[in-house]
Amino acid sequence: MSKRLTRRSLLTLAAPAVLIGCDRLGATPSFKQLVLGAGEWLGTRIGPFVVGDALAPEFAEAEMSPDFRVNGNTMPNDPAYAALMRNGFADWSLPIGGLVTTPAQYALAELKALPQRTQITLHNCVEGWSAIGKWTGVPLSEILRTAGLQPNAKFVVFRCADDFNGTPYYESIDLRSAMHPQTILAHTMNDAPLPVGHGAPVRLRVERKLGYKHAKFIMGVEVVASLDGVGRGKGGFWEDVGDYDWYAGI
Amino acid sequence: MSLHVVSEAPPHGGDLVRRHRLSTRLWHWTNASVLVIMLGSGLMIFNAHPRLYWGNYGANPDPAWLEIGATADAGVLTVAGQQIKTTGVLGKWTDSGGVVRNRAFPGWATIPSTYNLALARRWHLTFAWLFAGALLIYALRSLWNGHMRRDLLPTREELRPRHIWGDIKHHATLNFPPGFAALRYNILQKFAYLSVLVILLPGMVLTGLTMSPAATALMPWLIDVFGGRQSARSLHFIFMALLFGFFIVHMIMVLLAGPFNEVRSMITGRFRLPKEKGQ
Repeated sequence: MSKRLTRRSLLTLAAPAVLIGCDRLGATPSFKQLVLGAGEWLGTRIGPFVVGDALAPEFAEAEMSPDFRVNGNTMPNDPAYAALMRNGFADWSLPIGGLVTTPAQYALAELKALPQRTQITLHNCVEGWSAIGKWTGVPLSEILRTAGLQPNAKFVVFRCADDFNGTPYYESIDLRSAMHPQTILAHTMNDAPLPVGHGAPVRLRVERKLGYKHAKFIMGVEVVASLDGVGRGKGGFWEDVGDYDWYAGI
Repeated sequence: MSLHVVSEAPPHGGDLVRRHRLSTRLWHWTNASVLVIMLGSGLMIFNAHPRLYWGNYGANPDPAWLEIGATADAGVLTVAGQQIKTTGVLGKWTDSGGVVRNRAFPGWATIPSTYNLALARRWHLTFAWLFAGALLIYALRSLWNGHMRRDLLPTREELRPRHIWGDIKHHATLNFPPGFAALRYNILQKFAYLSVLVILLPGMVLTGLTMSPAATALMPWLIDVFGGRQSARSLHFIFMALLFGFFIVHMIMVLLAGPFNEVRSMITGRFRLPKEKGQ
């Protein structure tokens, strides 16, 4: 090794000192939970309080992405899904259950017969890319009001047909986000039936949250009082597996 | 710079005087350490999608003005269509275990050093609160105690082109003013500190917020101010690069001006005035 301490070797000594420290801290469960969890803790409490029910910005048709990329799973492995798809989802129906007074089941045509909302919005992926698309669907609030919420209802859970290594995808949102006017079960994208790559027959649009919250290939909606019994308890697939934020507004 | 001269005689070269206020010193070191974490974790977050765009939308099918990628045998930085080989540093580099990685920024520059978007976001979005909070408190304190008006805002005389040009020429000689004059920021310092304090640091907070779908529901005007959600992401990156540039120049100037005296003044607040000629 050369005796001369070059700038480069100084950098490679100094930079790792800080970074190894950060790596160690980030791998320490208590530090990760108490310190690095503070941002999400604050965001989850302050966010809804200051943002309230404000609407996500909506855009004009001319501002839409020419090519809205697909992401995550683009084709569920489940043979039952394949069968539904072959039939144009005519046999698909969506159960609404859990802590509701009147559990219900909707066929695709029945969902389309309910009041609809169309919105052109910005999709924000956690990775940093974004795309603008046009979505039409039933406001989730419409379905939840019809079903009637029990007093202890707190979260809405979405069960999906796609999976990662055998674990079916799932997501959940808070009740306030669920009742927000822009939170819809979308069956139509850019004026055409929702493509399989984007989550046919129905996906969630919950516009003030990051992309992974927008569950695709929805097979069931369940109202619960706690997220403890959902997956490993953090409320969503990526939250449980990758430790991503649950509220996901930032 | 807080200078409260009680005696009639102004201080002169060799005197140890009070220079930086407690609020300035506290904020300076908080900000310096927080920015290291923001930079490292920000570079890791960038690695998740190492492409930058202008406008509202921007994803893989859309044209990027900046991209850090890799070919089979090289790391490549593409800026406005120009390709620069960056093998070893950007796009393709060897990690500490000897494994060749096709990632934008190398492990020695990111927090954490391995690819982990969720963890980098935890670092970034936790320390962002500290960064924004400290900046807000310091800004309000500086307006309240006159730091901004007295020490940072240029006077009308200083803004004359002749004065600015004179200062540039003087700066180029690297002769630092002795005695009492060392306590005043010159116009170039004022420009540098003001652009960091008023444009770059608040700009980091605001462009960061523009990337948040919850924040833009509350403040949709942010999207218009920065020309789109992806433009805000690009500006966030550019402001980061400018802040890093400021840091490099700042370090050089501290070294040239006398690192012991300068660092002491930012820790204890005490600064020894440089001696005048013939003293």
